[in-house]
Amino acid sequence: MPLFLNDEQSMLRDTAKDFVGEKAPVSHMRKLRDDKDATGFSRDLWKQFAEMGFTGILVGEDHGGLGLGHVEAGVVLEEIGRNLSPSPFLSTAVAAVEALKGTGHAERWYPGILKGETVAALAIDEGAKHRSSVGLKAERAGNGFRLSGRKQFVTHGHVADLLIVAARTAGAADDEAGVTLFAVPQGAAKMSVTPERLADSSLAARIEFDGVEVDADAVIGEVDAGRDPLGRLLRAGRTGAAAEMLGVGAGAMDMTVNYLKERKQFGTLIGSFQALQHRAAHLYSEMEVARAAVLKAQQLLDAGDDSTGSGGADAAVSVAKAMTGMATMLSVQEGVQMHGGIGMTDEYDIGFYMKRQRVLAEMFGDANFHADRLAQLAGY
Amino acid sequence: MMSDLEQFRAETRAWLEANCPPEMREPVRTEKDSVWGGRDQSAMTPAQKQWMDRMGERGWTVPDWPKEYGGGGLSAAETKVLREEMAALRCRNPLSSFGISMLGPALLKYGNEAQKKEHLPKIARGEIRWCQGYSEPNAGSDLASLATKAEDKGDHFLVNGQKVWTSYADNADWIFCLVRTDPTNKHNGISFVLFDMRTPGVSTKPILLISGYSPFCETFFDNVKVPKENLVGELNKGWDVAKYLLGHEREMISGMGLGGGGKNPLIEGARKTIGLDAEGRLADPLLRAQIALFEVRAKAFAAQSERFIDELKAGKAHPAQPSMMKYYGTELNKSRHELMMAAGGSDELEWESEASDGGREARAWLRTKANSIEGGTSEVQLNIIAKRILNLPGA
Repeated sequence: MPLFLNDEQSMLRDTAKDFVGEKAPVSHMRKLRDDKDATGFSRDLWKQFAEMGFTGILVGEDHGGLGLGHVEAGVVLEEIGRNLSPSPFLSTAVAAVEALKGTGHAERWYPGILKGETVAALAIDEGAKHRSSVGLKAERAGNGFRLSGRKQFVTHGHVADLLIVAARTAGAADDEAGVTLFAVPQGAAKMSVTPERLADSSLAARIEFDGVEVDADAVIGEVDAGRDPLGRLLRAGRTGAAAEMLGVGAGAMDMTVNYLKERKQFGTLIGSFQALQHRAAHLYSEMEVARAAVLKAQQLLDAGDDSTGSGGADAAVSVAKAMTGMATMLSVQEGVQMHGGIGMTDEYDIGFYMKRQRVLAEMFGDANFHADRLAQLAGY
Repeated sequence: MMSDLEQFRAETRAWLEANCPPEMREPVRTEKDSVWGGRDQSAMTPAQKQWMDRMGERGWTVPDWPKEYGGGGLSAAETKVLREEMAALRCRNPLSSFGISMLGPALLKYGNEAQKKEHLPKIARGEIRWCQGYSEPNAGSDLASLATKAEDKGDHFLVNGQKVWTSYADNADWIFCLVRTDPTNKHNGISFVLFDMRTPGVSTKPILLISGYSPFCETFFDNVKVPKENLVGELNKGWDVAKYLLGHEREMISGMGLGGGGKNPLIEGARKTIGLDAEGRLADPLLRAQIALFEVRAKAFAAQSERFIDELKAGKAHPAQPSMMKYYGTELNKSRHELMMAAGGSDELEWESEASDGGREARAWLRTKANSIEGGTSEVQLNIIAKRILNLPGA
């Protein structure tokens, strides 16, 4: 399979570009922020995503979805990134759909996702930095389990119909085994959800589980074998975050290159200065390499590669997340710097790109986390 | 029922298994492990010669060239399968050649039928080794200011002047050369000619480099007679051929960013000198972090190389994209060798010892410094990206 978008994928990209660019440009996000919107995204837009078929991209045809892959989901995510559009697409239509795939929960949750009515959130992180350890306890109680502990950085957690929670049913926090994934519906008792506004104006929740009781059928997959669906969730989430971040970086780069072609100083366009040209050309190169890394990971996932060695899809996902993290950070940094004073103003959009990049870079592990992970996979 | 491509993959694998000598599946360690072909093949080992000849007979040294010119006539998809299967069996490249990577594509596009028939099959079979006469003492980054002149003498050109940085000129059989045929027009006064290095008046002098090796030469032309039929493309339009060829040269040099297949020498080297801690991590955490972040880029660039080649074969690549590949690949390769020197410590500083294999790594490290100079400096590549891809003004 060649490493570029095929004709159908290119058509989807054009569709997504037009749709997201028209319905949710940066001004849409700015308005939600200025209105201090408590949801953090437009439910109406989420329905329209469903009408376009986007929310069913990763849902199998047997469940009424499109049965497409990570490349196609990434095409949509890149446009979300480019327009900084607030959307539960990544957590719901990508990560949650993948986590539930092949489990009994698919039947229950997929219809709402397909209709753009259901929002899912991922309760994975327990500290300020993403780690692979899981400490939140799930103890057997009666017919089900009782969850105790805390999670943070749960995007859309305050409005989610479904919370996917990684919990520990056996062993210690750093153990590989003994993790179980739970599907917790909204409004569970003894759960306090506190939304916090982040730097990019998105909302992510801190959640306290104070003995939250769930039925046995809340378990996603098998008890103590949660690393399997969690692995699917993380592979999809990381690759998706990389794709969205690629859009953020590309959007910032385009803005910056355009600015170099219109801003005059010393009586000439600043884009004619070699000092800036070289930096822009270097940035372009980094972004191209990141784009290839993302597509490689997506294609490997779509080919069903589930090898966990240093040469398989799992490693490719970490390469994509780390490389995109580095390249797009450069993009937003150069973006603000090359815009000069205007880049520091709230009125101008380039600063939004910097804030969103920082959030996505952190999500599901930053570049250092994934570089470290690759080193471990390669045995050094 | 197997698809045609799967069938081709199965047959290719079987053929490679049966025909690639075991010695040719070992990693390339030194310059001597690379095969360049040419009239004088006395330095080749029997396995090297066998491998080159067998692949050459099938046209698989140049799998996507047309069969009539000595190529394999494979489609883009088949070529990719062949490359994948060679990688899977760790088969060495059977033939390294400027004829393959640079002149061949230019002849396919700009050569006349007689030139293609005469030169391409000999390139494919490794019978003639080519060198490139581009840079001059006063024409480096500003290549188009070259001064080596070719005067029209009726049935031949009379060539006088000097080239520099001519890679392996002292071992080459023929040269493809840029000459000035009109002194009044900078870009439209250059022509692209071919001639035999045995022609009277051609002489070479190796240049000793910081690595202690002499891969480059100064090449002198003193009243060299070049037959008119050896002009490629139109008179005074050689710059078009030169630019096209440079794209292919940059593509080739960018491949250096990939490193080799199989075991990663950077990681192996660091494990050996530094060792692992109780958690199985490299015991020097700062070097480990540098290597790990480097490896992210290296692996991402491998994906980019795959993407670039796929786009190129499908006609989707931006014409200036080789500049990006060359820039990134060579800068990456320099980083790799800096890290390899850091990982090797004083072991790799030994210039002549047996343990260091005659300072192999140190010399390789120094050699990589030329990567971002030859074939157009990194700065020239950035100029090209800025101008032709980003469409930035001026410059």
